[in-house]
Amino acid sequence: MRTTTKRARASLAILLALFLAGGVAACGSSDDDGTETGGEGGGAIVSNPDNGKVTLTIGSKNFPEQEILGEVYAQALEAAGYKVKKALNLGSETVALAALKSNQISGYPEYASTALTSFFGLEPEEVPADAQGAYEKAKAEFEKEGMTAFPPTPFASANAVGTLKKTAEAEGLETISDLQGKSENLSLDGSPECRQRIDCLAGLEKYYGLKFKSFTPVDIGLRYTVLEKGQADLSILFTTDAQLSAEKDKFVILEDDKHVFPAGNVIFVTKPSVAQKAGSDYEKTIVEVQKGLTLPVMQELDARVELEKQSPAKAAAAYLKEAGYTG
Amino acid sequence: MSGALATLLTPGSIGGALEFMFEPQSSNVTGGKEVGGPSQVVELTLNQLELTFLALGLALLLALPLGLYFGHRGVGETLAVGLGNVGRAVPELALIALMVAVIGVGVLNMTIALAILGIPPILTNAFVGIHQIDRAPVDAARGMGMSEAAILFRVEMPLAVPTLMAGVRGATIAIVATATIAPLAGVLTLGDFIINRNVYGENGLLAGGILVALLALALEFALAGIQRLITSKGLKLSTA
Repeated sequence: MRTTTKRARASLAILLALFLAGGVAACGSSDDDGTETGGEGGGAIVSNPDNGKVTLTIGSKNFPEQEILGEVYAQALEAAGYKVKKALNLGSETVALAALKSNQISGYPEYASTALTSFFGLEPEEVPADAQGAYEKAKAEFEKEGMTAFPPTPFASANAVGTLKKTAEAEGLETISDLQGKSENLSLDGSPECRQRIDCLAGLEKYYGLKFKSFTPVDIGLRYTVLEKGQADLSILFTTDAQLSAEKDKFVILEDDKHVFPAGNVIFVTKPSVAQKAGSDYEKTIVEVQKGLTLPVMQELDARVELEKQSPAKAAAAYLKEAGYTG
Repeated sequence: MSGALATLLTPGSIGGALEFMFEPQSSNVTGGKEVGGPSQVVELTLNQLELTFLALGLALLLALPLGLYFGHRGVGETLAVGLGNVGRAVPELALIALMVAVIGVGVLNMTIALAILGIPPILTNAFVGIHQIDRAPVDAARGMGMSEAAILFRVEMPLAVPTLMAGVRGATIAIVATATIAPLAGVLTLGDFIINRNVYGENGLLAGGILVALLALALEFALAGIQRLITSKGLKLSTA
């Protein structure tokens, strides 16, 4: 009886916290929590008064990492003197691409691997493993369709099979191939679209020959909770996930020994006409500002937004400041 | 004419959506596996219906007795109407996320989340429906010596059928439409077509929307039919 009251009280507290979360996050605590996001970034961005005549609309897809990237680019371009509008909640890559094609946005960050597999029909194994190769191939494909792309970020993001450390130890799992013969008794969760994607569950089935006990589609934000609650033994994670750096001793990633999950560095996709109108500061600012975005920095920024509930705008501003791009 | 036909058959058009429902389509991201088509449409529709009925059943079980009792006794207006109104403001996705920590993802989570959506209209309408009927027949029934239960079930409920059913119908539409988000919490419904635009494309998105709308209409018509069946003859004549 006492425990039920306690639990009821706890859930009430959670509910209250949830309602308040929005407001509290807006006020926030101090920027400086001791963790550095500043890389070896270049010098401060200089505002060019000529850019004030140009309005750019920066897009992004609607999950935290994309919104952070969108904010980083938008705020950097603003610092360079451009008038900047933001459209940071485009539902999927299909929507984002359509928005760019129809000139509703000037450009948006896209993973080179996603562009190649999703837009241009490459099989995962055809995606070049090196960032530059993948970028050049994607750029060439974009150019065929009247678009272009700027050089890639230092960090790359990929899907990955993750699990709790204790599960990995109990089942003796280090690589995805280790799942052979065991996967029939293991359940998997992941984003709803993962089920049919070749760079996700469909690829695990096809190239590793794995069959899982079940696949539970869940919202991206719920994957770690589902894993922790033991509702799934394995989960499709992203290598840049905040939890992977923040809780290293809890979650592990199985090595993708057959390279089914191509890693994607982010390239900024735009149109030549936009780039021409915006002048040389457009590409220069974007390429310069992403130099500090290494894997640890991106994970840290993701952590600030996903775990500490900072707004993407605030996390991006902190990055720009700590890396010396803005004063 | 041919221009209009062409527009109708471009991706993301009604024609494309119909094609998606009846013929499996190729997809950019599946590595050659086809998606959509009748078998998947039927499977997801049945899932959506099952979830809808489970949630509606739970909502009825919880809200109807409470609403009827309060309405009959004429007490608890604040609770019945207030709870109803507050219930409408509960954000579904937040609720689902909250419950994941306690009961995990899956049918149970979604059933409870959707039932919470269905409770407010049923509860409020049951209370208001019973509470606001003409007091004369109720007094007459009491004068004749009918028990309180008999008054509720044989006098008040038949008179309140239109209001009661309006609540049930509203709840049903809200539940069947919202069951679309279930793929975010472990249950594959027609929302799969809508949420996974990268997999199913514009045609799948539109097909999903059309199917959910058709399902909602079908349920609405079915409930309207049921309402006609359970409305007593005398009342039907008076409104005709």
